[in-house]
Amino acid sequence: MTQPTPNPTRARSEHPDTQPVNTAAAQSAPPAKPLPHDAAREHVTGAARYVDDTPTPAGTLHLAFGLATIAAGKIASMDVDPVRNAPGVRAVLTAQDLPAANDVSPSAHDEPLLSDGAVHYHGQPLFLVVADSHLAARKAARLANIDYHEHTPILTVDQALAADSRFEDGPRIYQKGSISDGLSQAPHTLSGSINVGGQEHFYLEGQAALALPGEAGDVTVLSSTQHPTEIQHKVAEALGVPFHMVTVQTRRMGGGFGGKESQGNALAVACAVAAARTGRPCKMRYDRDDDFIITGKRHDCRIDYTVGFDDQGCVSAVDFTHLFRCGWAQDLSLPVADRAMLHADNAYDLPHVRITSHRLKTNTASATAFRGFGGPQGMVGIERVMDHVAHHLGLDPAKVRQRNYYPPAAHASGGSISGKMKTGITPYGMPVTDFVLDRMTDRLLHTSDYESRRAAVADWNDANTVIKKGIAFSPVKFGISFTLTHLNQAGALVQIYADGSVLINHGGTEMGQGLFQKVAQVAAATLGVDQRMIRPSATDTSKVPNTSATAASSGSDLNGMAVQVACATLRDRIAQIVGSTQGVPASSVRFADGRVLADGVDLTFAEAAALAYTNRVSLSATGFYKTPDIAWDRIAGHGRPFYYFAYGCSVSEVAVDTLTGEYNILRTDILHDCGNSLNPALDVGQIEGGCVQGIGWLTTEELVWDDQGRLRTHAPSTYKIPAMSDRPDVFEVALWDEPNPVNTVHRSKAVGEPPFMHGISTFLAVSHACAACGPNYPDLQAPATFEEVFHAIGRARG
Amino acid sequence: MNITFLLNGTRTTVRSETGTETLLDYLREDAGLCGTKEGCNEGDCGACSVIVTEHGRAPKALNACILFLPQLHGKAVRTVEGLADPDGTLHPMQQAMVDHHGSQCGFCTPGFVTTMACAHLNGDRDADTVLAGNLCRCTGYAPIKRAFDAAIDAEIPAHMKDHPHLPKVAGTDDIFCPTDGDQLAAWYLDHPDATLIAGGTDVGLWVTKQLRDLAPVAFLDHVEDLKDIEDRGLHWRFGAMASISDMLRVVRDEYPSLATLLERYGSAQVRNAATLGGNIANGSPIGDSPPALIALGASIVLRKGDVRRKMMLEDFFVDYGKQDRAPGEFLETIKLPMGQTAFRVYKLSKRFDQDISAVCGAFNVVMEDGIVTDARIAFGGMAGIPKRATQTEKRLVGKPLTDPALTDAMAAMEQDFTPLSDMRAGADYRMKAAQNMLLRYAHDLNGAKIDVRQVAP
Repeated sequence: MTQPTPNPTRARSEHPDTQPVNTAAAQSAPPAKPLPHDAAREHVTGAARYVDDTPTPAGTLHLAFGLATIAAGKIASMDVDPVRNAPGVRAVLTAQDLPAANDVSPSAHDEPLLSDGAVHYHGQPLFLVVADSHLAARKAARLANIDYHEHTPILTVDQALAADSRFEDGPRIYQKGSISDGLSQAPHTLSGSINVGGQEHFYLEGQAALALPGEAGDVTVLSSTQHPTEIQHKVAEALGVPFHMVTVQTRRMGGGFGGKESQGNALAVACAVAAARTGRPCKMRYDRDDDFIITGKRHDCRIDYTVGFDDQGCVSAVDFTHLFRCGWAQDLSLPVADRAMLHADNAYDLPHVRITSHRLKTNTASATAFRGFGGPQGMVGIERVMDHVAHHLGLDPAKVRQRNYYPPAAHASGGSISGKMKTGITPYGMPVTDFVLDRMTDRLLHTSDYESRRAAVADWNDANTVIKKGIAFSPVKFGISFTLTHLNQAGALVQIYADGSVLINHGGTEMGQGLFQKVAQVAAATLGVDQRMIRPSATDTSKVPNTSATAASSGSDLNGMAVQVACATLRDRIAQIVGSTQGVPASSVRFADGRVLADGVDLTFAEAAALAYTNRVSLSATGFYKTPDIAWDRIAGHGRPFYYFAYGCSVSEVAVDTLTGEYNILRTDILHDCGNSLNPALDVGQIEGGCVQGIGWLTTEELVWDDQGRLRTHAPSTYKIPAMSDRPDVFEVALWDEPNPVNTVHRSKAVGEPPFMHGISTFLAVSHACAACGPNYPDLQAPATFEEVFHAIGRARG
Repeated sequence: MNITFLLNGTRTTVRSETGTETLLDYLREDAGLCGTKEGCNEGDCGACSVIVTEHGRAPKALNACILFLPQLHGKAVRTVEGLADPDGTLHPMQQAMVDHHGSQCGFCTPGFVTTMACAHLNGDRDADTVLAGNLCRCTGYAPIKRAFDAAIDAEIPAHMKDHPHLPKVAGTDDIFCPTDGDQLAAWYLDHPDATLIAGGTDVGLWVTKQLRDLAPVAFLDHVEDLKDIEDRGLHWRFGAMASISDMLRVVRDEYPSLATLLERYGSAQVRNAATLGGNIANGSPIGDSPPALIALGASIVLRKGDVRRKMMLEDFFVDYGKQDRAPGEFLETIKLPMGQTAFRVYKLSKRFDQDISAVCGAFNVVMEDGIVTDARIAFGGMAGIPKRATQTEKRLVGKPLTDPALTDAMAAMEQDFTPLSDMRAGADYRMKAAQNMLLRYAHDLNGAKIDVRQVAP
């Protein structure tokens, strides 16, 4: 068993992507303390304020949308007089009443706030009610008399393919090698197909916004959004004013998961438009059922595959077809489907591969970003292929996976294979130079006791007919960076006050992931002060402009760096003034433990700040960061879209009742790569939480639409996210403790999305248990509801 | 009517106009206590959990979103803002949640810590059961479980005890809150179209989701004689207002299988509010208790004015949405026999906890010398009403509980039921799972381990 020997120095000096550590990082101690979330005390006392908790000025009005009750067609007539005449209603707005742009799309300007006459999905907002209370608005919104000319809706990917209803002019195709050669020369081939379900975000805090009209046409919007800048842009366009007239603030969200990257636009714009019209503050929050029905979810898809492989399970070629159901508007579907293609290889060096991706337009809610952003779907495709291949050959799937891995990173070999190390190339032409899954897998299979448990599972299955067990391993290799390269930038504003207290602001938003805490720790480490001296403040478009969404796991990487840069600037200014006033070289001034020290100098940080102030030194600074070395051509499907990869792997074991398909997750072990963790407690939190969310996606979370295009699972009564007892009975999480070879903030790695895909090992363990019921491949579909598992057992038995 | 209750230790009087204002809206919109969150507005997520204390009963966690103000008259409510000591010291559960990183986005956290503090008050140690009704989307629950276990043995802070301070309240006026069964019977005779609100876990959604006006309403919360549970030696007599939580406590030793079912009935918050009578009287085809009670041979007493009639429970359910209940008549008591040693019940849903049954199968045979001499088998989710599987029962009587009788009985189930497909399950799966439940029952009676949740890694 290979035991890793972390060696940061060598990793840095030998790795081709290595850059010199900047001065700030070199001078400051690593911030890696397991400190609680920055607002933990406010969370547990109920004092943490979300948009709907914010005290509102007297006269605040409340909004609700009237929704379409058909999936496709045109509005023949719409009588909103009964709405207007309902108790407490102040105004009813339709598309004709909007002052400027009627668009809330984050991409293609194809998403009207209120219907322009066409109906594209069941639940589309048609009109806007402005009332004295939330309840009055909701009640009135149901009173309109609407006649439609109905069309036959396009609901499924097959219907969309047949109608050639799609985004872009045809499928995107990424390929490497020759798929026909690869398949024709393979000793074995298999074909199959897997449906992968969508997923409702079920952020506990529903979508919400509050608009406060100001003067001269300006407006301040509080929004529960991952993307304040986009809210600013959409509001400005809707009001017909320059961006500088709109300020958007986000202190926190009650969960985002991608569901608040673009889906908050409609509420914020509605509030701003209604506030402009009435001159009064306007607030809107979706009732949970409306939230389910109106907003987009994770893309569901079907993945068809043909794979060629040899007797050992080494894959020579895979041909994937991705059929993504994007819904009615483009939203973020193109980059989502792109990212699925970019993760169709996952951890495997595939000599010949072709990925054909159809982005299909349907009369359903517009699918949107969700943790992993298509990556999980792509990864399920290749993990399914590995599982199928192993089953066909009767091999241990973990071994088949290891045989197909990318070659290990150069620095991990100990240099013994001098110059002969092969570098894997992804299907999109990016060399994989940081691969550590070989060693991570060795360690996890050892610590989870995989081999003997696999044998014990086989023994159990021989001895038991009703309850079968399954165990499975799966790896994760997840690319870090926005694939739209220009988004990989961040700004920060750091202010030191004369008492030494520090206020930090950056473009990242806090949705529970602990970004504010991590960034505050970076600031504290850079300035050499105690964490309590640092206060994170609400994300605010008037403090840092032109920010990117807090998405793509990039929050800490980008904003941590920007804040580090700003803090370094301020620290250097203080060092200069301390040096010049105290008669020591500025370069000798050190910042540690809340003190500013040099030969013969020992000031508190507050004294140093006061000294800088009285000497007329600026104590506010901006910081800016852009990710280096990335370049990507999404049409050609070639380049380096990612700065680096984050890795992880997991082993899960389940017990399945063959009589009903019910199952229980017995144990999950995870080893996950966070580089040099900025905060191990928060990182473990992301891993545990991401894994369970991924398990939910592939198990109990089933979205059901009827043949009219109506979502039938639109509340937690019918849509089942994991509950307390659904977490694995035994749940072991460990961090892989090696620094990121590339120069990220303190050599940490992004952690928001990658752990989500540990849910895949649970799905595969269920498949393994089903396979124990008979000779055939169970062809398990996702989500693996108890019902689906019951059917898969039937297929296995034949 | 004026409603008086203790709110975080302070006597509070509020005016209810319609009777259907919810506690959650009052807290957030009128009292300025925004710590309690609205997550779903239907009692399924627990973000609005509060602790309610009343005379003579243990404090209980309830969902404020479907709790109407008149239900609080004379009681005490403790919200997340009332958990920490007035001197600012965090409640042990709050501190543990900070120390164990139990919050991420923080939105579910107030509901969690409130439910945890209630469990702490009552000494309930099983986190999975206590917290099944609190959904968290961020943490994966692991740190919350660690926090719960770390604090469960801490001393109870004195300020958490509301019993000694419950307000003395007078009766009520315009919104009807009867205090005994006779009063209710007389009033309901005069108001046969009224909505009777017991726990409100179903009726609550008529208000919060369907936006219905329910007037006239009567709140049965204060009808103490309908909450009685009497042990009559060979059977229990449950008042219709007995909560599912109360029932669970009573039946646990006699019917462990029923207890397992009831532990999966809604969540702790729902069980604390929901009543046995409500679960029967609303006539749902997927209510969890009726199939079990039918298989156990339960009977009910209906009351109209002073006239009572008794019937077997299965006869109460006539057709989908239709029960054998006259206007002005209400369910008064449920008689449940003891000693049915071969009784078992199995619930199948998409998620184990806090979910509605796709199929609920209840089995109860009498065996003599290895031969079935009597069988009562009932299902929920297989028809428009909770219904006995009479053909299936017939095929079993006089036979051993083995093949070929089992296979024959399973086939006969297709004569008993024609289930529907909906978002919870397909018709075919419902039928096959129901048939296989009979197989499971046979394994179960033979002592085989049949519960997938009891399997060790």
